[in-house]
Amino acid sequence: MSVKIDETLTIECETGNYHTFCPISCVSWLYQKIEDSFFLVVGTKTCGYFLQNALGVMIFAEPRYAMAELEEGDISAQLNDYEGLKRLCIRIRRDRDPSVIIWIGTCTTEIIKMDLEGMAPKLEWEIGIPILVARANGLDYAFTQGEDTVLAAMAHRCPKPEFPLRESKETLPKVVAFPSRKKDELDQYVIHPSLVLFGSLPSNVASQLNLELRRQSIKVSGWLPAQRYTDLPSLGDGVYVCGVNPFLSRTATTLIRREKCELIGAPFPIGPDGTRAWIEKICPVFGVETQGLEEREERIWESLKDYLDLVRGKSVFFMGDNLLEVSLARFLIRCGMIVHEIGIPYMDKRYQAAELALLRDTCIRMCVPIPRIVEKPDNSNQIRRLRELQPDLAITGMAHANPLEARGISTKWSVEFTFAQIHGFANARDVLELVTRPLRRQRNLEDLGWTTLVRKNNKFETTHLAHKVDKIS
Amino acid sequence: MKLAYWMYAGPAHIGTLRVASSFKNVHAIMHAPLGDDYFNVMRSMLERERDFTAATASIVDRHVLARGSKERVVDNIIRKDQEERPDLIILTPTCTSSILQEDLQNFVDRASIISDSNVIFADVDHYQVNEIQAADRTLEQVVRYYLDRSQRQEALDQFVTDVPSVNIIGIFTLGFHNQHDCRELRRLLRDLDIEINQIIPEGGSVEDLKNLPKAWFNLIPYREVGLMTAMYLNKEYGMPYISITPMGAVDIAECIRQIHKNIDTLASSSSNKRVNYEPYIDAQTRFVSQAAWFSRSIDCQNLTGKETVVFGDATHAASITKILAREMGIRVSCAGTFCKHDAEWLKEQIQDFCDEILITDDHADVGDMIARVDPSAIFGTQMERHIGKRLDIPCGVISAPVHIQNFSLGYRPFLGYEGTNQIADLIYNSFALGMEEHLLDIFGGHDTKGIMTKCLSTNIGLIWNPESLLELSKIPRFAREKVEKNTEKFARQKGIQTITVEVMYAAKEAFST
Repeated sequence: MSVKIDETLTIECETGNYHTFCPISCVSWLYQKIEDSFFLVVGTKTCGYFLQNALGVMIFAEPRYAMAELEEGDISAQLNDYEGLKRLCIRIRRDRDPSVIIWIGTCTTEIIKMDLEGMAPKLEWEIGIPILVARANGLDYAFTQGEDTVLAAMAHRCPKPEFPLRESKETLPKVVAFPSRKKDELDQYVIHPSLVLFGSLPSNVASQLNLELRRQSIKVSGWLPAQRYTDLPSLGDGVYVCGVNPFLSRTATTLIRREKCELIGAPFPIGPDGTRAWIEKICPVFGVETQGLEEREERIWESLKDYLDLVRGKSVFFMGDNLLEVSLARFLIRCGMIVHEIGIPYMDKRYQAAELALLRDTCIRMCVPIPRIVEKPDNSNQIRRLRELQPDLAITGMAHANPLEARGISTKWSVEFTFAQIHGFANARDVLELVTRPLRRQRNLEDLGWTTLVRKNNKFETTHLAHKVDKIS
Repeated sequence: MKLAYWMYAGPAHIGTLRVASSFKNVHAIMHAPLGDDYFNVMRSMLERERDFTAATASIVDRHVLARGSKERVVDNIIRKDQEERPDLIILTPTCTSSILQEDLQNFVDRASIISDSNVIFADVDHYQVNEIQAADRTLEQVVRYYLDRSQRQEALDQFVTDVPSVNIIGIFTLGFHNQHDCRELRRLLRDLDIEINQIIPEGGSVEDLKNLPKAWFNLIPYREVGLMTAMYLNKEYGMPYISITPMGAVDIAECIRQIHKNIDTLASSSSNKRVNYEPYIDAQTRFVSQAAWFSRSIDCQNLTGKETVVFGDATHAASITKILAREMGIRVSCAGTFCKHDAEWLKEQIQDFCDEILITDDHADVGDMIARVDPSAIFGTQMERHIGKRLDIPCGVISAPVHIQNFSLGYRPFLGYEGTNQIADLIYNSFALGMEEHLLDIFGGHDTKGIMTKCLSTNIGLIWNPESLLELSKIPRFAREKVEKNTEKFARQKGIQTITVEVMYAAKEAFST
């Protein structure tokens, strides 16, 4: 089953038997981002065990999240869900006093059809703390899509703008003219309708992106999510919104349909090419001509030269688990790498349209064929393809990393791209730092002669070691 | 519904997967939603496993909810059968499939008609048992399946081996120091001239299980996993078993004496196989193991009467409590376990060796207890280590759940005579560190702390504006100083007087090239 976007870009679909993190893992970065929040995951021991192991040492630092662990009585509806949740939420209010409690629905709450959305407003009114519901479950979503469900829920709680913005938008062209603006007067903004960016980023990365737009005289009025729940941005008719991450399609849909915002469809600001394209999509919307962007991108590429020499001509295979794959692949192709396959859990062709177009343009520009994009991949098929292709680098989850390394294939854990700072011009280097790390390590160790470290009778094996032995004997 | 931040034992399916993936050429298929195959990550990361973990998920998604798993599970079983040709496929339920209440046994029956592999359905209930109990059950289930089958085929050879031999039951993946313990047990049994018939499940082949009854007796090093199998083999095949954990000099001796008794009983007909292990026990305890001497040495005198707290699984908590109290003369103020199902056994084992017994699986209870007792050292799991960090009490890790650092590459058994040395080191080092800290406190700590200045450059003329200071405060502490220094260096180079947020990021770009 494949869908054609145009002559060149095809998206295949496999069985969906692949490894990824459960979307409830989004609490790990969201509770840190939203400082006054508390996340309550309503699920079973399985969910708790996953969080406990995935979050590692974070768990010991009194995190602002907990499990509402369902017991047999809850499943068989012998106990009252509402009373149970009320008891826990009152305890959370007493111990932590958060500004918002976010209930994360899981597979279990889906299957037993626990009416979290119905209970939340009632309980919210009763205990006096806002309660949001996000269904970040493994039945419907993968890994980073968990954040998408939380942000979509949060969008409903954003305040309405104080005055109707639609009118000011119509008067826009008159105000925009700032011909006499001096270059270094960066504090000056063009008067434009408010722009809200969505996607959870570390606060310093968010300010870097704010700063990039300020250089173009564009003011970012707010972020979804903000550092605190109480600082959520105003949303409504006439507000422009733009995403910073490729996995936020539900949030985007909610912003358009429910909040009546205007979505700026742009590639994502990952890599200097992505960042430039992102800014270039935003500026014209507000009638601003970009300034100095080309030189700025050029400077960043120059500063990456040492890393580019390392990756040029190397091949890479994305097994797919966090939806950042297309943006990363597009950046790596621009860096001169060959991408064999882009595995991805879910592809929203509308939300990612600009990113896909940039991918196609980049491939044409770099004179390489467009890689196959595989939605809902099948890990066991992928491992067969990996064996045939023998790429220089496989970007994969932790379940496969060590076994692949033992078979002589360098790997990078895909999860690290989710937690590292990869957005904007200034962080392009961090992406390459991650991508080149296995290549650099391999270079340091390559003379030792033990690249494959599994026994002979194992099915999946390369022949490096056999060569070396032959030479010696 | 209960509020939970942390748990000592994982969900049931993890136990089943641990047993399944320990056997050679056995594949587990989880009936689970996306993301529940987290076990593969743990095995690959913690055990640093080189091979792909033989566990995959048959994904439960919206379609499955709407229409039932129908052909999907059967297809996945058959596909795995064709791809990997395993000896056995175990269909593993999860919490999700427990609620769906599909007839998974029926899928297994259908699949086993078509596939060449044997297929069984792991008979564990997510809401009744935890990881440890599930592992115990699954192991028994697999052993029973293969012995029953051999019996039906009349392929079962029940004649015991000529020389004394043993099965070691319960060594498996992600177990606390299991690999090292296994090596140490092999050495011990070799010293005693006892042949090892089989070790299960780790590295064992299910096709060999039919030979289990050929051993003279079974050894169950850990209470948590293997006891059910041993009881089954005892009931059905009359095999005696020894469940005394050979941890600590006294219990090792006791375990060896039990072995002696069993061999004597079976060898009574041919007296030339009678053995006498007493000289061996004596020599090992007094001269090979250093622990007996160590606890008499002058260093250990300082530990007399020091208060400790012990918490872990039943096996390790009991053994360590006995070692501390009986072999080292250290006071155990409170000992406990999270294995609630085995509480009675633990109480019976340690009631004479500690002041108080705590049975709970709530880490907050354990934390409160530790804070109240305020011991000089804790011996517990990773959770107790972190509680200790917060309360400034040293902690030695003696039991799962554990982190990657507890899967050491070096040889660190807890069992056998080498194990006594390791444990003595662990106990002594925990206290010594505590003592040093204490002395430093009394004598005012490291006195250089206040005098040293970290920055040698002068900051004259540089002003951080309020926004940039705010921005600086958002940078994680470990990187903040470096960012501050680099930014100021950059500002000085450029002749900038006031540091703004822009200058900060310009500096970051300049320095990252």
